[in-house]
Amino acid sequence: MSNHRFASPGSIYLLLVYLLLYTPIVLLFIFSFNNSTSLVFPLKGFTLQWYVMIFKNPELLKAVGNSLMIGFGSSLVATILGTMGAIAIVRFKLAGRSIFLAVSVLPLVIPYVIFGVSLLILFNEIGIKLSAFAAGLAHVIISIPYALLIISSRLVGFPDNLEEAAMDLGASYWGALLRVTIPICSPALLAAFLLCFTISFDEYAIASFLVGTDATLPVYLFSQLRFPTRLPMVVALAAILMSVTMTVMLFTEWLRRTGQSPARKG
Amino acid sequence: MTDYAVELRNVTKVFASGRGAKTDEVYAVKEMNLGIPTGQFFTLLGPSGCGKTTTLRLIAGFETPSSGEIYIQGKPVSRIPPNERPVNTVFQNYALFPHMNVARNVAFGLAIKRVPRDEQEHLVKEALELVQLADMGRRMPSQLSGGQQQRVALARALVNQPAVLLLDEPLGALDLKLRKAMQIELKHIQEQVGITFVYVTHDQEEALTMSDYIAVMNFGLVLQLGDPATLYKKPANKFVADFIGESNFIQGKVESITKGGIRLRVLDEVITAPVADSNMTMGQNAIFTIRPEKMMLKTRQPASTEALSGSVQDVVYIGTDTRYVVSLLSGESVVVRVQNGCSPDIEQFSRGDQVKVIWLPEDARILAG
Repeated sequence: MSNHRFASPGSIYLLLVYLLLYTPIVLLFIFSFNNSTSLVFPLKGFTLQWYVMIFKNPELLKAVGNSLMIGFGSSLVATILGTMGAIAIVRFKLAGRSIFLAVSVLPLVIPYVIFGVSLLILFNEIGIKLSAFAAGLAHVIISIPYALLIISSRLVGFPDNLEEAAMDLGASYWGALLRVTIPICSPALLAAFLLCFTISFDEYAIASFLVGTDATLPVYLFSQLRFPTRLPMVVALAAILMSVTMTVMLFTEWLRRTGQSPARKG
Repeated sequence: MTDYAVELRNVTKVFASGRGAKTDEVYAVKEMNLGIPTGQFFTLLGPSGCGKTTTLRLIAGFETPSSGEIYIQGKPVSRIPPNERPVNTVFQNYALFPHMNVARNVAFGLAIKRVPRDEQEHLVKEALELVQLADMGRRMPSQLSGGQQQRVALARALVNQPAVLLLDEPLGALDLKLRKAMQIELKHIQEQVGITFVYVTHDQEEALTMSDYIAVMNFGLVLQLGDPATLYKKPANKFVADFIGESNFIQGKVESITKGGIRLRVLDEVITAPVADSNMTMGQNAIFTIRPEKMMLKTRQPASTEALSGSVQDVVYIGTDTRYVVSLLSGESVVVRVQNGCSPDIEQFSRGDQVKVIWLPEDARILAG
């Protein structure tokens, strides 16, 4: 088989995509080290002052703290609920499980802005104060589909008589889950957790409606764009965020791949 | 009264199949009564879908009977979950835990029972020695061959010293040579540990090789229960005669019933055979059955034999014996296997020869048609 004939139009296309995708990111990194408040060429000189500014800004650090807290909490809850949902869908022949699945993954297709507004109305009605907690709750809802899909694809991949074997050897149902199912799925669980975390950490639209005074990082960043002199600091922060997110995503993907065949490790 | 390790009394298992209004009830096991004697190698034999695996899963506790009761060591167990039953299972696809090494797989049941660690180690070592994998404890299941994985699964079950060991077609995935070797080894292990084995297979040769007792199943029913020789020599019905080994079947009508046997009319000829079914009536249709190796071909019928006339349709030489296909006057054909020994009274025939197919009356059976 030879793919050479298709190689050249294919590679031009790929080059264009990479250019469009990565040029802004590369620019971001370049300007974060540029000694000037305006983001234009030619570059003035190398500086780390924007990065230093980030760590001298208590408001910003608080926003980072909020984001970490919301991200950690919401992904933990979403992963637990997603695991339970995945087990229910894959292992039990529930009546109407396709409906259950459809409802569970619905948040994937609801626009975040609309979802944010409707949660704002709902939370006002039932008396949940606008806060980091409210935003975290919303992030649980939007993260569950991802957790559910990642974990159920792992559960489908391994024979369900492993659980039967564990029970046959004296384990209770919960014992079988804890000793066999969860350990075998642990790479998928961690991958789900990390993906949920990046979703929460990046999310702006819903958070902007719900955080109240507990600004998350994206919300804080957007608010800072009104001040031109702070723009380079925002750029430096964006560069950090980008690095962290990409590292986590790469790690997640690696986990997901090794998780597909845990039997091969060893 | 016989000492049963497992007893099924009137056990029925119904599965719902289909959806909504079209729901159908399928009987996987139908009013089954079965006693499995303690310390024996007991086989459930039947074609796929006959209910043998469901029976095994009922005993293991993965299925609950729709009605009836199962007793293990005399105690009713229908309401006891699988983890509290004194049985262990060797699964068809081994079901080893991929995230644990061999030793931890084998120790799984002991760890749950909180057996002290040094005793665990000792028992695991013993179990691995029993299956000849003494130095494999640190390997992961993925590093083992199919046969070795099968041995680990066996050790993992036996180490718990269950009252009954259930084996669900454990050799199905192995190649023929390894399967033959494992059959002998499994039988030896069973004799060595003395635990009751309940073995499920669709392979009649495997069942005959290993078992003390065999229950032949079809359509959720036990069609015959007996030791291998009885099943082979005295099949109780056509299904058993056909499923175990090779059999000839000839249709006829019952002409008379005497103490010694039944006279059966096949077209213009009359043959006699011992009764297999006491419910025969005069004039009813019946099936005459006999194994191919129990028949001979002759030019003339010798005294004290039974015979039917026919012509040789096909001759196949297969080394140790010759297979003749003979077309009878009734139009049916029978297979006759004649050993190529040094006996002087063996006659050779070729295609088209007119022959008498002969046999001794006690080797034949007459079954309900």
